[in-house]
Amino acid sequence: MSRLLLKGGRVVDPANAVDDVRDVAIETGPDDSGGSILKVERGIREERGDEVVSCDGMVVAPGFVDMHVHLREPGREDKETIETGGRAAAAGGFTSVACMPNTQPVNDDQSVTEFITAQARRSSPVRVYPIGAITKGLKGEELAEIGELVRLGCVAISDDGLPLVSPFVMRMALEYSKMFGIPVINHAQDPSLANGGVMNEGFYSTVLGLRGMSPAAEEVMVFRDILLAELTGGRLHVPHLSTARSLDLVRQARARGVRVTCEVTPHHFTLTEEAVCGYDTNTKMNPPLRSEQDRTAILAGLSDGTVDAVASDHAPHCQEEKDVEYDLAPFGVVGLETSVALGLDRLVRPGHLDLSRFVQLYSANPARILGLRAGTLSPGAPADLTVFSTSRETTVSPDGFHSRSRNTPFGGWKLKGAVMITVVGGKTVFSALGRD
Amino acid sequence: MQLKSRHLLGIEELAPEEITLILDTAESFAEISQREIKKVPTLRGQTVINLFFEPSTRTRTSFELAEKRLSADSLNFSPGTSSVVKGETLLDTARNLEAMNPDFIVMRHAMPGAAHFLSRACKSSIINAGDGSHEHPTQALLDAYTIRQKKGRIGGLKIAIVGDILHSRVVRSNLFLWQRMGADVTVVGPSTLMPLGIERLGAKVSHRMDEAVEGADVIMMLRIQMERQGRGYFPSVREYFSLFGLTEQRVRRAQPDVIIMHPGPINRGVEISSRVADGPYSVILDQVTNGIAVRMAVLYLLAGGSPREAAA
Repeated sequence: MSRLLLKGGRVVDPANAVDDVRDVAIETGPDDSGGSILKVERGIREERGDEVVSCDGMVVAPGFVDMHVHLREPGREDKETIETGGRAAAAGGFTSVACMPNTQPVNDDQSVTEFITAQARRSSPVRVYPIGAITKGLKGEELAEIGELVRLGCVAISDDGLPLVSPFVMRMALEYSKMFGIPVINHAQDPSLANGGVMNEGFYSTVLGLRGMSPAAEEVMVFRDILLAELTGGRLHVPHLSTARSLDLVRQARARGVRVTCEVTPHHFTLTEEAVCGYDTNTKMNPPLRSEQDRTAILAGLSDGTVDAVASDHAPHCQEEKDVEYDLAPFGVVGLETSVALGLDRLVRPGHLDLSRFVQLYSANPARILGLRAGTLSPGAPADLTVFSTSRETTVSPDGFHSRSRNTPFGGWKLKGAVMITVVGGKTVFSALGRD
Repeated sequence: MQLKSRHLLGIEELAPEEITLILDTAESFAEISQREIKKVPTLRGQTVINLFFEPSTRTRTSFELAEKRLSADSLNFSPGTSSVVKGETLLDTARNLEAMNPDFIVMRHAMPGAAHFLSRACKSSIINAGDGSHEHPTQALLDAYTIRQKKGRIGGLKIAIVGDILHSRVVRSNLFLWQRMGADVTVVGPSTLMPLGIERLGAKVSHRMDEAVEGADVIMMLRIQMERQGRGYFPSVREYFSLFGLTEQRVRRAQPDVIIMHPGPINRGVEISSRVADGPYSVILDQVTNGIAVRMAVLYLLAGGSPREAAA
């Protein structure tokens, strides 16, 4: 048995209430992803044959989980593939990702789920967990074969960017999914209230003459979904929550014991609608960038525990699709390779979060929501680890992205914080050591 | 003094001195259109492309006349006859036009920000001739010119602008301009057609036409697009006219020397009665005349001209 020894790092493992300088011994398994954590202790003695990596001044954490990405395969391999998305994840510090079902064909039946998991085994350096469709063809009408999708590895269900408009279908989804213990992820946005908008409705949409989407379009559906989760006892997960009132609704629901969790994106905790001035189509996403008041509320929700997870909503698009009039550009930005640095720079550095809470948001909590064997450094757990630095600077360079797409509003930004090493199943899938 | 930018994308980017510079320069160009030979050699050898993705009679004709009276070579390009119908993107259209080395591109487009997009892709000077609901800067400038011509000033005047505030590019450009020049502005219209935060552009908001026109020096009426009816913004043209239409009775509430403006095209009986549109207070056709001088001034100044030599 060969070992990887990460020495002298600050181990932050909230699942085991650890935040201290420790060494981590990892079994690098017989096959590529089979290795597990052996022990986390002070002063582990080196053995012959060990691969030793000094982690002085770095933080060693359980591998990060991005529970909301779009890998575009099958169907739009010109934007991203499971391989390139997987490499982007590895470079971004993520050891597991959950990919949305809006592929072509849609992941609403077993053959697509099987293709995704097989393709991931063949080509992705990180673990890929498919999210199945709630309804056949994402049409919002008939439930997909959810039991079958779960049996073959889907960890949640969602109609991705298409909100489930029918309250009846949403109720059925929440009822039915209870049998499998998986969450229902619904893009909360009432299409009639969103009214074809391309940005947040407010002063800036007025100045720019762009059609606005009211925050209420999100909030009315968050509220409806919460009521249905309460009625059914099903598990609701609110993706990319973006408004102060949505957050209040989740906070109040949880106090009543409703089974609801939520995630926020790095772009929503970093930028506001003001970034749309200048009409850069890399500021066009759905839900849109909101007001400063909403952003501040999200920061509060991140620090007080209302927000469960940070997820990137990684949405790769081709250059030519974004190089058009603002109204015509598709919604979405890539995020896998900027998420961790933004979190360290915008959440940890100003003191909104301590590192333990940060690791919960990026690892332990999303793993728990999706029921993954991840998010912990307990002995015997899969050896998925993320090593990062809080002091090293990252300059966001889209041309250097591993992703096939470059659509980010953060190009050229300098951020304090960097991913140093990503380990999946004992295998080092990314390392920035020795680079300067 | 010269303009800071080589593009005119919106009034938002202009300083008050630049606005005054354009209006002063337009005054010296106005006289040319009165001459027997309505042409000066100012822009001889310069090429202007009028790129109109949306139908427009007034604005396109006005630009074309301004260009011809300055001796520029101009050509009109409208999507119906171009490769745009074959699915060419705005970026590719722009690059192809750019390859022909025009000095100016005057663009009208249905989508906000299209002129900003073009200015990033092109070396030519871009003049925004209207981008969706965003801005229509030469309209606001010709409106300001007309107000100054009739009233001698803009600052301190009481102005009411009435109609579909939400979807109007004319409102946005005029609010930016009036805010910079210190006018006392009220925007008037149905609450369903009032965009959020409009007060932050220096306007009071009113839904009562009678009160809003009380003592006004200027009333500007906006075209109500018939397609808004039936989309839930207001119940009927009939009710709209009774609440917001400009009638002679309402004009009587304003200052005795009030001027009535409209960017056109007007809908008689929808937002303005014929008697008002054709009445003695109406300066609607002066606006059209003044548009040419203002657009000549804009072209001249963007080409790097100085006000002293204008119209020589």
